[in-house]
Amino acid sequence: MIDALYGWVDDRLAVSRGGRHLLDKIFPDHWSFMIGEIALYSFIVLLVTGIFLVLYFVPSGSDVVYHGVYAPLRGQTVSEAYNSTVNLSFSVRGGLLMRQMHHWAANIFVGSIVVHMARVFFTGGFRRPREINWMVGTTLLILAILNGFLGYSLPDDLISGTGIRIAFSVLEAIPFVGTYLAYFLFGGAYPGTAIIPRFFIIHVLIMPLIILGLIGAHLGMLVRHKHAQFPGGGATNENVVGSPLWPNYAAKAGGFFFLTTGITALLGAAVQINPIWQYGQYYAYKVSYAVQPDWYMGWLDGALRVMPAWEIHFPGHMIPTIFFPAILLPGLTFNLIYAWPFLEAKLRGTNDEQHLLESPRDQPLRTAAGATVFAFYFVLFGASATDVLANYLSLSLNFVLWTFRILCIVVPIVVFPVAYKICLELKATPGSGKRKRHNIIVRSADGGYTTVVTPEYPGYVQPELEPVSIESVDLVSAMTADSDRDDGVYRIPRDYR
Amino acid sequence: MPDEPEGTDPHGSGPEGSHEDVTPQSDGSGHVPASHGVTHVMGTPVSISAPQFQVAARNPKRVEGVVALAFVVSLGAFGVFGGAYWINADNYILGISLGVALFAFGFGLVSWGKYLMPRGPFEEPRPQMAVSKQERSEFVADFAVRGKVAIERRSFLAKIMGAAGAVLGIVVAFPLIRSLGPKPDESLYHTSWRKGAKLTAIDGKAVQVDDIDVGGVITVFPPNDLGGALSQTILIRLKQSGPVVTGKGRETWGPHGYVAFSKVCTHAGCPVGLYEELTEELLCPCHQSLFNINTGALPVFGPAPRPLPQLPLYVDSKGYLRAQADFDEPIGPGFWYRGGSNGSPKVNGHLQ
Repeated sequence: MIDALYGWVDDRLAVSRGGRHLLDKIFPDHWSFMIGEIALYSFIVLLVTGIFLVLYFVPSGSDVVYHGVYAPLRGQTVSEAYNSTVNLSFSVRGGLLMRQMHHWAANIFVGSIVVHMARVFFTGGFRRPREINWMVGTTLLILAILNGFLGYSLPDDLISGTGIRIAFSVLEAIPFVGTYLAYFLFGGAYPGTAIIPRFFIIHVLIMPLIILGLIGAHLGMLVRHKHAQFPGGGATNENVVGSPLWPNYAAKAGGFFFLTTGITALLGAAVQINPIWQYGQYYAYKVSYAVQPDWYMGWLDGALRVMPAWEIHFPGHMIPTIFFPAILLPGLTFNLIYAWPFLEAKLRGTNDEQHLLESPRDQPLRTAAGATVFAFYFVLFGASATDVLANYLSLSLNFVLWTFRILCIVVPIVVFPVAYKICLELKATPGSGKRKRHNIIVRSADGGYTTVVTPEYPGYVQPELEPVSIESVDLVSAMTADSDRDDGVYRIPRDYR
Repeated sequence: MPDEPEGTDPHGSGPEGSHEDVTPQSDGSGHVPASHGVTHVMGTPVSISAPQFQVAARNPKRVEGVVALAFVVSLGAFGVFGGAYWINADNYILGISLGVALFAFGFGLVSWGKYLMPRGPFEEPRPQMAVSKQERSEFVADFAVRGKVAIERRSFLAKIMGAAGAVLGIVVAFPLIRSLGPKPDESLYHTSWRKGAKLTAIDGKAVQVDDIDVGGVITVFPPNDLGGALSQTILIRLKQSGPVVTGKGRETWGPHGYVAFSKVCTHAGCPVGLYEELTEELLCPCHQSLFNINTGALPVFGPAPRPLPQLPLYVDSKGYLRAQADFDEPIGPGFWYRGGSNGSPKVNGHLQ
């Protein structure tokens, strides 16, 4: 039956022709390659939970009186967006779980993209021929942050509403076109009535389509280039060493999808996120205290706080102060990220195809540069909590703010040489980064001591093996060869060295 | 494993150690078909009993047990999730059962893939991306020559088509951009405060001169724009009983100890909602800009670049607080078309 069905499909789509190629795709076995998978899987969680949420969310700013099950809000006039979000959290079966999973998955999505990019950056995975994929990935990061902000804004609660107000101000701050952009996006002066429905359709349709397309391109290029890989274990610039898609990575990556989803579900169950019923409906004249945006907007919030009150005035025109932290800074940052592969190729003077990844210590300049940028953004992230820190540590706001202003400059200046030096020292230390070996100290009969270094793979750790060509391997017979042994598999003997 | 064949040699797959492996596998049990017993590393035959084809687990039975347990846990937890959904259980029970089920399922699957499948490593060749000069020039030539033949004879058509396409491109952009909203207009420069507008609380009640205690604050709007995001104004009663003078030319703006400022922060537009009575300062909770009321809401700390615009007030014969006029400069954050530090030329000197 299945044979017949497959035959029918195969006759029309020629699946069998070239199918082996797909089954054989080799994935290098390295833990750091799964970070990007987390991003992919959390995006799938976002799609699935998002489809659930979109069935219940009403994208409208019109007023309704809340009559739901949450007693403290009853009788209040709220927007339909807020009303439907509270209702889908409390009155729809599994609604709160889906909403919290969606929000957690968004945080994980952006987070895993950042960590994945850091892995690619620090190991040189962006070098030729992968520059285009690096740029696609950078675009995905930007879109993920933007769409996270849009989704966060949809419930029309007090905290996210304030964020929308800041977004309007930031748009307005762009020279020449800023006010036009802001008025066109919001359908007029702030706040207008168009923003919730517009953010909604951008968040649930336009952005996901673009992100989906770019993910397709990202993975397509991954297949075309094949995975980059770390050197060692027979890996060269002309091969890929690891395990095949079928069956190894189908199981490992497929299982990892469920691990990611499971963790997201546990977070959605046990760790409350964005309880908008506590914040209340957004009104333009109301505001809450000690609020922070989602983590991936923190650096922007911090930058808005630490930026001194400088404005540039021309006759009849001006550049507002928030232009610098909210437009110029992200603009410079992302353009630097886009340009880095080309800058580095220029700096190094070589631009050959590179499929072998590097240890961060082997490129001190790149590693130090990356660490410096990260350090700067960590400080900005911390600066988004100036008010909370001042309260918590009983310090004056003035002191905390000035501390962060100084740290913004000092920390990167310190981090660069320190990271550079650490790289050099690690490079100069023989055996660093290698598997640890046990040293056995032996006392001889006449009282002398000698140190015996154990073999590289002590105990039960299996040795590294030479790679076997997947194209000439008959995995089927390998896996069935001795199926009638008592445990059905070969064993590697313990004394095997 | 006393009868482990020679394939256990770590270099059994390498060229130098592979000669014994050319012969088909015969490990005594004789069940391995000879044709399947040999395979190749880059052309060199390799025994399938080579360690690359063995599973990674040293004790597969135990791993099988763990995987089975994981799937059983998953099965049970999925069942609990279904039941919990059926009875509309608490979010915790729903989420934890779902999470445990998914995690256990994933754990089982990953363990299976990691420990119970051929451990490898395997390799496949990687083509270089760079295209040879010849390949490229052939392709480019094909493209160019075919195109040239097709277009050159009809260059007039091509030009007209290009012109039509360009116009289409421009015209298509119109509705996408221009229909979205009105152009920035007077709302950038003016609010709905007018001469004589009563200072009205959100509940619609006009504020009278005795309504607020000393040190009190209230958010007020023009009566025709209650809740207005741009006209929102914070009214403060200071301890003075006479007029509050916050600057030159503002001698009459603060009658009976009352002053009113735009509540929209000049930094990023948040409502400046926190009033510190002791120091007579307003704090914006978003980015902690601090404004000194007595100097006309001049920013004394934080990222705000300009003072909050002040609303000139007067008290009418019935004791109602009213606006003398709109703010004398654009409220809120800066924008390109806003003039110098004191507002746009468009709104200069409109006071009375």
